[in-house]
Amino acid sequence: MVRTSIGVFWVAVALSLAASVLLRAADDPFKPARDRMVREIEGDVRRTSERIGKAALDPLVIEVMARVPRHEFVPQGQRSQAYDNRPLPIGYGQTISQPYIVALMTDLLKVGPESKVLEVGTGSGYQAAILAEFVREVYSIEIIGELAETAAERLKKLGYGNVQVRTGDGYYGWKEHAPFDGIVVTAAAGHIPPPLIEQLKPGARMVIPVGGPFFVQQLMLVQKTESGELQTRQVLPVAFVPLTGGH
Amino acid sequence: MAVGLAVFCIAMALLGHEILLMRLLSIVQWHHFASMIISLALLGLGAAGTFNTLFQKWLLPRFHGVFGVNAVLFGLAIPLSFSVAQHIPLNPLEILWDPRQWLHLLQTYLVLFLPFFFAGNCLTLAIARFKEEVHRIYFFDLLGAGFGALGIVALLFVFPPWECLEILSAPGIAAAGLVRLDLPRRRSRWAGLALVLLGSGFPWLWQQGKAPPGISQYKGLSTALLAPGATVVAQATSPLGWLAVVESPSIPFRHAPGMSLLCASEPPPQLGVFVDGDSMSPITKIDGRLEPLTFLDCLTMALPFRLVQNPRALVLGAGGGMDVLLAKLHGARAIDAVEMDPRMISLVKDTFGEYAGHLYSAENVKVHAAEARSFMARSTASYDVIQISLLDSFTASATGGHALSESYLYTVEALRDAYGRLAPGGILSITRWLKIPPRDSLKLFATAVQALEGAGVSNPGNRLTLIRSWSTTTLLIKNGDLTAADLEGIRAFCGERAFDIDHLPGGGSGEGNRFNVLDEPYLSDGARALLGRERRAFMDRYKFAIEPATDDRPYFFHFFKWRTLPEILASRGRGGLPLMEWGYPVLVMTLAQALVLSLVLIVVPLLFLDRGGGGGGGMGGGRIILYFSAVGFAFLFMEIAFIQKLILFLGNPITAVSVVIAGFLVFAGIGSRCSTALSNAMSPFRPAEPRPASILAAAAGIATLSILYVFLIPQLFTWLAHLGDAGRVAVSIVLVAPLAFLMGMPFPLGLAIVGASRPAHVPWAWGINGCASVLATVLASIVAIHFGFRIVVLLAIAFYGLAAMAVAGTRGHAPPG
Repeated sequence: MVRTSIGVFWVAVALSLAASVLLRAADDPFKPARDRMVREIEGDVRRTSERIGKAALDPLVIEVMARVPRHEFVPQGQRSQAYDNRPLPIGYGQTISQPYIVALMTDLLKVGPESKVLEVGTGSGYQAAILAEFVREVYSIEIIGELAETAAERLKKLGYGNVQVRTGDGYYGWKEHAPFDGIVVTAAAGHIPPPLIEQLKPGARMVIPVGGPFFVQQLMLVQKTESGELQTRQVLPVAFVPLTGGH
Repeated sequence: MAVGLAVFCIAMALLGHEILLMRLLSIVQWHHFASMIISLALLGLGAAGTFNTLFQKWLLPRFHGVFGVNAVLFGLAIPLSFSVAQHIPLNPLEILWDPRQWLHLLQTYLVLFLPFFFAGNCLTLAIARFKEEVHRIYFFDLLGAGFGALGIVALLFVFPPWECLEILSAPGIAAAGLVRLDLPRRRSRWAGLALVLLGSGFPWLWQQGKAPPGISQYKGLSTALLAPGATVVAQATSPLGWLAVVESPSIPFRHAPGMSLLCASEPPPQLGVFVDGDSMSPITKIDGRLEPLTFLDCLTMALPFRLVQNPRALVLGAGGGMDVLLAKLHGARAIDAVEMDPRMISLVKDTFGEYAGHLYSAENVKVHAAEARSFMARSTASYDVIQISLLDSFTASATGGHALSESYLYTVEALRDAYGRLAPGGILSITRWLKIPPRDSLKLFATAVQALEGAGVSNPGNRLTLIRSWSTTTLLIKNGDLTAADLEGIRAFCGERAFDIDHLPGGGSGEGNRFNVLDEPYLSDGARALLGRERRAFMDRYKFAIEPATDDRPYFFHFFKWRTLPEILASRGRGGLPLMEWGYPVLVMTLAQALVLSLVLIVVPLLFLDRGGGGGGGMGGGRIILYFSAVGFAFLFMEIAFIQKLILFLGNPITAVSVVIAGFLVFAGIGSRCSTALSNAMSPFRPAEPRPASILAAAAGIATLSILYVFLIPQLFTWLAHLGDAGRVAVSIVLVAPLAFLMGMPFPLGLAIVGASRPAHVPWAWGINGCASVLATVLASIVAIHFGFRIVVLLAIAFYGLAAMAVAGTRGHAPPG
């Protein structure tokens, strides 16, 4: 009898465990895909470690990439591909960058829990959400009104209370909240707006992806030293050496 | 005669449509994808050959009806197919990411293939029906094509491309009526006349496109128009391209390529002029104050003005006038500005003259509507500064689609010409966008080294300087060694703006890669290698093609190397795809797809054709394939190579080029018309019998002439460099006429042999030739990229030789019995 009861008890435990796993999966059916995406990013980082100057990204960045629901930021028709390591179209001639590039950009910014970050080019709001997970405030400016509105609603719905989105010209930055500990300029202009450089705190960094839609050629990193000097660095996100072999 | 006219109309509309479609698709998508789509659609002609071979027993007896229906369908398909294709969500940029895009590509091919198929049906039917008079039908075909080539260019000067579709429908539909005019029954003739009238009135009845087509949302114009309040305030079209001027009051353009991070100035308001919806050139607002223009001094392209005072300047590719403004700001005493598109000049000078501060009407500014290369060849002036900034051949493309468009601006010979126009101590300054790893900057450096060596400079490195901002590179080539004062000036200029110096004569290490740090000093290492003895080895080992372009291989924008491809594809997930230089792979993809389809189209009829039908005479199936594909390849190779040679001589004014192309086709047509005469002359006792010997004679003539041209043309063109446009066109036509005349013969002569011995094979032979023509166009570019146009000519001769071998030993007469 006792043995039967113990058996029933263990069966019940096993069933409830299985149910909770199933429920969690039902709660977030995209979790396995997201985990796969993160593993891919980690592998890609390892393979490009020589170029980007590190063997692994900040564990916090990886953790956040594994948490933020990317599928919420892509159009309905693209959801099945939300966790593929590829850029996706979001309408208005804009794209949501490849997750690997998003992770790399976030890592390059080197921001922390107390940071205040400016983003120029909100797009779908995915990059803002990633940043919002581990900085204090994110200010994001988007030229296209419709994109700004949708992104703001989406971020609010997902509980990102520390992101402010506004429609407008990113050229002048967001003076009221300047200076910033980091700036991401995803809507790359022909040149880097001087007001943005001005709004960068000494010691802070700005990251600019250079290239066309679907094609981020390189990441440009602008560093303002503590003494206010500027240095730029081009980060090629690929393990690619144009010259090999020979001497 | 009526059938001839109908064929003329179909061929005219067909060639016009092909050129128009290229124009339209270059606006909607990008140039290189446009070529691919059109090549595949052109296989419609080959497919028509296959279709007619299979169903000729049913089709031929109903010639007039079937021709008419196809002509009407062709006319309707011209505007309709483009309209339907516009609804296919094709985005070539996503093709390596999203497999669905392959389906959309296929859908686009299928839709755009239709007009070519219907037109092909008409032409094949006419050839098959009148096989005894094939030389006449082919004459009308080529004549029509010639007029089509010329006519569409004329049309594009008057109407925007999107309004030309229904105009081209007119001759298509009218052809359906024309073909009935020689029918015996009066009612049929009346019906024919009614159709001719209907066709003529079609452009008024069917008004499809009054607005520009929907362009890809990823092109610059689409993105610019998303800014609040941004509107197109003016537009102009011509065969050179569609110019759209955008005003964006709330989010100004602020075009200041690679501006120094140390400069705090904001560019003044600008209007953006987009060429074919991309490739923006700004018109900068000038209100008389100099202060808003100080941003110009923060660009790498301002460097030459630091070294030369009060220069006489030449700006090549003036566009919206930014370089002219730069020269003016730096006290140039006289400026010659060269811009290829007269409409661009008119926009800056007239339409927005006041906005641009009457820049192009200024006292010391002279604007020339000309192509850069031909301007330099004809000008006798010498300059202290020659400026070429961020200028691409026709339209810029971020994805490297230029690889297949020839550009005579950045060849060794072009740099040598420009160098020759420099006054002693003068500077040629060329600015390019910075790409990591470098491609065009290094290729340009290699080209400059070779050009200087060609000009007899023993130590080119002493005359070159390469500097870099965070997004542009500027190469200076000085006519004379750079002096100590020059070097000091360059160092000061770069130091003040945080620009890096990648090459400076005698420059020690540590000067480059200080401000804008690359993970490796690609450019300075590259420059050093390209100046040293290991140049060849360096270029071989580099993962992009950076060997200098020449006039014979004018593909500056071709950087692709096969051995790099696997690495790029493998790094797709790690942001590797932007390293892909699209032009060449797209060309190869086009060839592969066209080859597979052509093989299907050529082989399928073989399964149904009666192989023994020819008895003992004429050509067998194998010989037919060999002969007609060889003639197709030979004709297109020869035409493409010589037109390329002439483009350089003509200076590329689009009208001159189209006149010469038209001349080529018309003289080939006349050659076709006279081919029977040649055949008869060679066989006076049996005039009705087509003679393979006449083909041999024509091929020998072509070979002799073309070899003569290859050797004589460069010298001839040097002697005639002073000629004006009209003279150049005349000389070109005189050169083209005899060659084209002979080239018009082998096809109808061969077809006559087939027609006499195996009439059922005539449409098949036509189809083979159609497929070969498509393949030849693509293959000619690939051969030219690797080996140059001279080899294209030699291959053309070899193909004519092959064709001659295919007919040698055959007898032209019909089999007995």
